[in-house]
Amino acid sequence: MNNIGIIISLVLIFGGLLWLLIRSIGGHEVDRRVIFLFIFLSVAAPVIFRITFQEKATPVVEALFDRIENLPPGSNVLLSFDFDPAMAPEVQPMANAISRHCLNNGYNVVFMSLWATGQSLMTTTLSRVILPEFPELVDGVDYINIGYKAGNEGVLNVIVSDFRKMFPTDVNSVPLDSTEIFKDIKSCADLDLIIALGGGRPGPKEWVLFVGDPADVPVGVGVAAVVAPQLYPYYPQQIVGILGGVKGAAEYEQELTSHHERFADMDTPGIDMMGPQTLAHVVIMAFIVIGNIVYFRSRGKGGKS
Amino acid sequence: MKRQFPLFLVFIFGLFMVFQYFVPHETSEWVYEFLLDWILVIGIFALALGIWSLYKVSVDKIKTRKANWGYSYVTLFGLFVMILFGFTSQNGDSWGWYFIFVATVMLTIGMVIQAMVSSGQKGLSLILAGVFLVASVLIGMFDNAWSFHFYTAEGLQNSMFRAFFDHILIPILSTMFSLLAFFIASAAYRAFRARNLLASLLLLAALIVMLRFNPYLSPIFGDYMAKTSNWLMNVPNMAAQRAIVIGIGLGIVATALKVILGIERGYMGKG
Repeated sequence: MNNIGIIISLVLIFGGLLWLLIRSIGGHEVDRRVIFLFIFLSVAAPVIFRITFQEKATPVVEALFDRIENLPPGSNVLLSFDFDPAMAPEVQPMANAISRHCLNNGYNVVFMSLWATGQSLMTTTLSRVILPEFPELVDGVDYINIGYKAGNEGVLNVIVSDFRKMFPTDVNSVPLDSTEIFKDIKSCADLDLIIALGGGRPGPKEWVLFVGDPADVPVGVGVAAVVAPQLYPYYPQQIVGILGGVKGAAEYEQELTSHHERFADMDTPGIDMMGPQTLAHVVIMAFIVIGNIVYFRSRGKGGKS
Repeated sequence: MKRQFPLFLVFIFGLFMVFQYFVPHETSEWVYEFLLDWILVIGIFALALGIWSLYKVSVDKIKTRKANWGYSYVTLFGLFVMILFGFTSQNGDSWGWYFIFVATVMLTIGMVIQAMVSSGQKGLSLILAGVFLVASVLIGMFDNAWSFHFYTAEGLQNSMFRAFFDHILIPILSTMFSLLAFFIASAAYRAFRARNLLASLLLLAALIVMLRFNPYLSPIFGDYMAKTSNWLMNVPNMAAQRAIVIGIGLGIVATALKVILGIERGYMGKG
């Protein structure tokens, strides 16, 4: 039944595109509403019929995965949730996968946020991933949620020299001094890795400029797809790896499931979302080709495009 | 004096922050850290200012009956109800009078706003606001099913807060973002046309990068497409981005100098 659905939807989409291609040779423009319909179909069909693919990690994703994988047990890793619900479909899968990876490898994980909305998304990761999957881990010992703090880059400027000045307590008002995890952490310089998740400002770039470079701490980033190209100048010296958009999340999930048997059956929203995204990309590429055919046909006829 | 004093302060502190960066002395570090403490205070003030600004803009919009003024009620409702949910949480399994408390608080705020925006009789609205306020205070004092949490994040675990965040805010923002897919497709169809050499290069680069991300097509093109796409991202893209970053950096230095020297005065409200 599932296969029949996939075949019917693919025939519909590609048949329709072929028909539009033939029409474009005659110089016919495609109406905006037709494009919207095709995008809807190309996104809906893989969601309904669960079309997924195997991913292969690109070097930028592999670099971050390997960096996290090869940290010694007991390393201090900070995860900053600097994003909002609009970015969550792209960034939250990365956040979940990286949290699983770090906690599974026995690192001490500090969760924080520079965005007010990040705190609730952090709570989502904690309550839906960490608490059910790692019940043996103890809050304040193996991981800690120090919450959100207003002040943007100012917060980073302070914690680069002293965490307690900006975060005297964790999110539950427990003084940081009384927590096991913060025994050996005074400032960001005591961290072994920072993972900045986001895409806006303040975000990964600010983590590099205000913390990564001054404190000499490696920074890895997970960002929305539109932001990823802007971070390439910082790779590989100032940023050790980049996860860009759903594709980056899917590649990281693939690496995690293939390297750690424990996660073989974990939820992989990144990989699941690659089906709709891939088919939508094919449709967009087809429309770009059709648009160019129409353009050259109308130019050949001396028409206005 | 009113204009010169802020300029003087900006000049002194601006210069200090520049020179401090190059002086790794203990005293210099201490002063720097002392100044950074102010950020915490400023950050909190900025948050309060933001809430006040949103409230004022919304109330003014209702008062002057600007276009779509009705939505300002929704904005204000969302603002106050989320604050309330964020500061309260359930103690046991029962909610007790919690929802009546929320309703009375919202009605109090609603009546105060009504009194502020109405041009005629304000007395009735204010009396009703007082009645609802007394009711909410009484419920707050005697209902033990829930409690206030001003100093901890327990309110963020409040199931009402989570429900509003998870089932209203996340779908709304995700929907807005996902609508982009439709407009990007339509824009790509119209804009990605090989009108000249530069447009053709852009078109070609975009297609190669998109093809790289496509598992349907990787068996056809093999590693070649992946390598070309990686090269595009790592070489031309990186070079262009670096140029932009350096340009922005120089621009920031120039603007900072203009502010320190008092040439750029836009931050004082009037240039």
